[in-house]
Amino acid sequence: MAVCIAVIAKENYPLYIRSVPSQNELKFHYTVHTSLDVVEEKVSAVGKSLADQRELYLGLLYPTEDYKVYGYVTNSKVKFVIVVDSSNTSLRDNEIRSMFRKLHNSFTDVMCNPFYNPGDPIQSKAFNGIVSGMMVQTG
Amino acid sequence: MESLTLSDVEQKYYSELFVYCDTDNTKKVASNGRVLDLFRAAQLPSEVVLQWKNCNPSLVRKSTLGTVLMLQCHVVTGLCIHFQSILMEITELCGATRLGHFGRSQFYIALKLIAIAQSGLPLRVESLNSVKDLPLPRFVVGKNEAEARHAALYQDADSQGLYPAPGTALIPRPPGRGHQNKKGPPSSTSLPAHEVIQPLAPSIEAQPEPTSPVISPHQSPPTSPHSWRKHKRQHSGGNADRQQVVAATGAVWTQFREPQTGPVTGDGMWSSHSPPPPLPPSQESWVSFTADTPPSSTLPAMHPSSVQESTTIRTVASAATTNEIQRQSSGYDDPWKITDEQRQYYINQFKTIQPDLTGLIPGSAAKEFFTKSKLPILELSHIWELSDFDKDGALTLDEFCAAFHLVVARKNGYDLPEKLPESLMPKLIDLDDSAEVPEPAAEVGYSASPVEVTPNKSPSMPSLNQAWPEMNQSNEQWETFSERSSSSQTLTQFDSNIAPADPDTAIVHPVPIRMTPSKIHMQEMELKRTGSDHNHPTSPLLAKPPELSEETKLPPSMKFVAANTVGDGYSSSDSFTSDQEPITRQRSQSGASPDALKAVAPPPPPPRPQQSHSRSSSLDMNRTFAAPAAPGQPQPSAIAFPPAVPPRPLPTQSSVPLTGHRVEAEGVPAGGAGLTTTSPQQIPQQPNFADFSQFQAFAASEQPSSLPDIDKHSEAGQADKISEGAGPLRAVKSDGPADERTSATVNSAKGSSGPLAPPPKPVRRRLKSEDELRPEDEQIGPQKAGAIAAPLTSQPSIPRSIGKDKKAIQASIRRNKETNTVLARLNSELQQQLKDLLEERISLEVQLEQLRPFSHL
Repeated sequence: MAVCIAVIAKENYPLYIRSVPSQNELKFHYTVHTSLDVVEEKVSAVGKSLADQRELYLGLLYPTEDYKVYGYVTNSKVKFVIVVDSSNTSLRDNEIRSMFRKLHNSFTDVMCNPFYNPGDPIQSKAFNGIVSGMMVQTG
Repeated sequence: MESLTLSDVEQKYYSELFVYCDTDNTKKVASNGRVLDLFRAAQLPSEVVLQWKNCNPSLVRKSTLGTVLMLQCHVVTGLCIHFQSILMEITELCGATRLGHFGRSQFYIALKLIAIAQSGLPLRVESLNSVKDLPLPRFVVGKNEAEARHAALYQDADSQGLYPAPGTALIPRPPGRGHQNKKGPPSSTSLPAHEVIQPLAPSIEAQPEPTSPVISPHQSPPTSPHSWRKHKRQHSGGNADRQQVVAATGAVWTQFREPQTGPVTGDGMWSSHSPPPPLPPSQESWVSFTADTPPSSTLPAMHPSSVQESTTIRTVASAATTNEIQRQSSGYDDPWKITDEQRQYYINQFKTIQPDLTGLIPGSAAKEFFTKSKLPILELSHIWELSDFDKDGALTLDEFCAAFHLVVARKNGYDLPEKLPESLMPKLIDLDDSAEVPEPAAEVGYSASPVEVTPNKSPSMPSLNQAWPEMNQSNEQWETFSERSSSSQTLTQFDSNIAPADPDTAIVHPVPIRMTPSKIHMQEMELKRTGSDHNHPTSPLLAKPPELSEETKLPPSMKFVAANTVGDGYSSSDSFTSDQEPITRQRSQSGASPDALKAVAPPPPPPRPQQSHSRSSSLDMNRTFAAPAAPGQPQPSAIAFPPAVPPRPLPTQSSVPLTGHRVEAEGVPAGGAGLTTTSPQQIPQQPNFADFSQFQAFAASEQPSSLPDIDKHSEAGQADKISEGAGPLRAVKSDGPADERTSATVNSAKGSSGPLAPPPKPVRRRLKSEDELRPEDEQIGPQKAGAIAAPLTSQPSIPRSIGKDKKAIQASIRRNKETNTVLARLNSELQQQLKDLLEERISLEVQLEQLRPFSHL
């Protein structure tokens, strides 16, 4: 049900952002941008303790009338943001977590590619495939 | 452009040629490369040129393209000027010069013109349509094999005149194929292609149109095959008319397919690349896959799988073409198949980076290495994604070879696949990490040959299958593999490996555990119960519990009863014989079924009232008899009466009033025999009422206040009894008997209740007799007995339902309490009577003493 998936670098610029094209993508871009504030807030609140999986998954950042925004941050402060459509059957938390996990794994694979310079936009086909799978399966 | 009408065959032929030439798949053919070759192969005679020129001066147009063509024609060896001219003319004629390229129509026109020219007809535009039955243009150069094959195909597929094969460069193989097609037998296994072709050629020559001598296969076959075939497929898919031809070609191709290895390498062989360096097929490759081609299987009809396979073939094909000669970057596999030479080269390169063949090349080193290939980083990144199978950021030998192979392919212009081709899968490394690295290389090289092809499977699949179980261990590998591999079979195989249902983990229907005793349990209980309690048959027990529980000690009896009823209830539930069973069961359930469960072996019945009888029986009885006997002489008849009373319930029943006589026994009625007291208490209640009235009347006459007054009327009744006792003994007697009768009736009523009745009966009788014996005490006694009997009689009348039992118990409790109070008063009154009697006795003794001197005197 993800209508938009974004990967934000540590410096808060997007490495990858993709939306379901049916809707106004700019709106999603803006949503992701505003969600970064919430992510920062949560990250600083969660704290300085050991980052475990639970802390990596930030959960629902904020809901709007149309959709919900979920956040996930890696240990290297790379943020994943998923925007799901509320009209669809609300995804369970586990599903969102699994989506993030897949994203994280795929992102790790991209990172492992020596030809990928961290900070470059992600252009991996495998990563695209995974994201497409998430977006297609959802809606 | 003149309209061009082509016959079906011509259409097919031309489209094939066009497809062949259209390497870029852009539906237009540049006037170079294959077109040139094709036209060159047309070998148009010069005189035609001259003739043509003479006849169609107007058609001679000069254009830059024409010059280019000429230049190119110059470049190509073996062309004559005239042919060049012809070519130029044709080009101009069809309008390619105008367009700068050969569109499809232009191409077709050109072909037709070539055909015309070859047939010796003047090249005219008008002749395009006017010439009927024009043989298809023949293209000789390097395409004889294709010709032969095609001719053969056509011959097989279309019994019409043979048409020389179009410039399909699929030659080397095809001749073998064609040969097979013609001859049928899978011969030519050992023949080099060209030899095969030659025999075929004569056969083709037998056909109406002579074919040019076969050209050595070593001539670089025009680029193509993969795109050629691709287009063929496409065309075949789109053009029903060409089905026949296509089927034939498809047949050929499928033949090629069947021995995947063969076709794979064969395709590689044929397909030279549109990019510049055409790779001459190696003789050995020839041999290898001509050897492979023989095991051609049936010719399956075209179907999607074959199409898919053809794509695989195409991709896999041309692997063989890679350079045994050119080891450098141009060595690139169209079919993604690494040849031995390539692999060796890769291994050498690997060694330059990592001497240990079993080691890993770190990502950075690999990055530097592959960056040298000057491919864009994005593509390198994609190559890395494909080749780094285990996603470890380093390359094993197989991964490195795959990456290198992909780099080479990319450099040769081939698009990177979306998924890693199976032949490049680093499967074997998983099988055996260390020692088999070189072997896998060889295996990969050879695996193409023996491997049987099934749809969706690449030649290397068997080894892949072997790798599956090992690869499945890693989730990532599994995932990546599933991403990359389109082979469902391996997936299914994999599933079959892990699928076997583990019986241990099988979902077992939960076996219900009964919380309540099962039948067996119940039977055990019943056996125990019956064994332990012979005296009480089932039904009486069922009947008894209410009374017993009320009469005797409540808690133990309840348990016992509950246990019994549980046992009985369950056992009887099986039989569903009695209505009481559910009642009793309910009762037992209500009353602590766990207790009932615990009481599987029903505890020994609590001491029956008789025991309390026995405890208080004889002495008290004797005392009661003795005590009144002393003061109450005028009651011999009364004394005589009591012995008639049945003994059993007597003690308990009588103990209550008897104890009432004695202070020390006062505690008894209140204490131990709770129920026992209740029963005697209850017994006299009824007769008390009856007797009280009498006693009241009597008491009113004598000593209404002698007794310590207790609030209850029973006490007053008792006092009246006491006071009355001395008086109308006869009345009491009568009452007694009346009471007795009533009690008898009550007893009879109670008798119906069964064993419960006896206790109250004798008690009542006992009490009554006591009252008769002692007008004071016995009156009270039977009254009490009656009173006790009354509630006791009421007890059997208590319904035996569980709810009723509860009420009955409560009612009995109330009654018992009342009787308690009554008996307490009676006790006090009797004590008073005792005192009085003692005083009388003393007075009488004094009188006796006073009288004695007289007697003595």
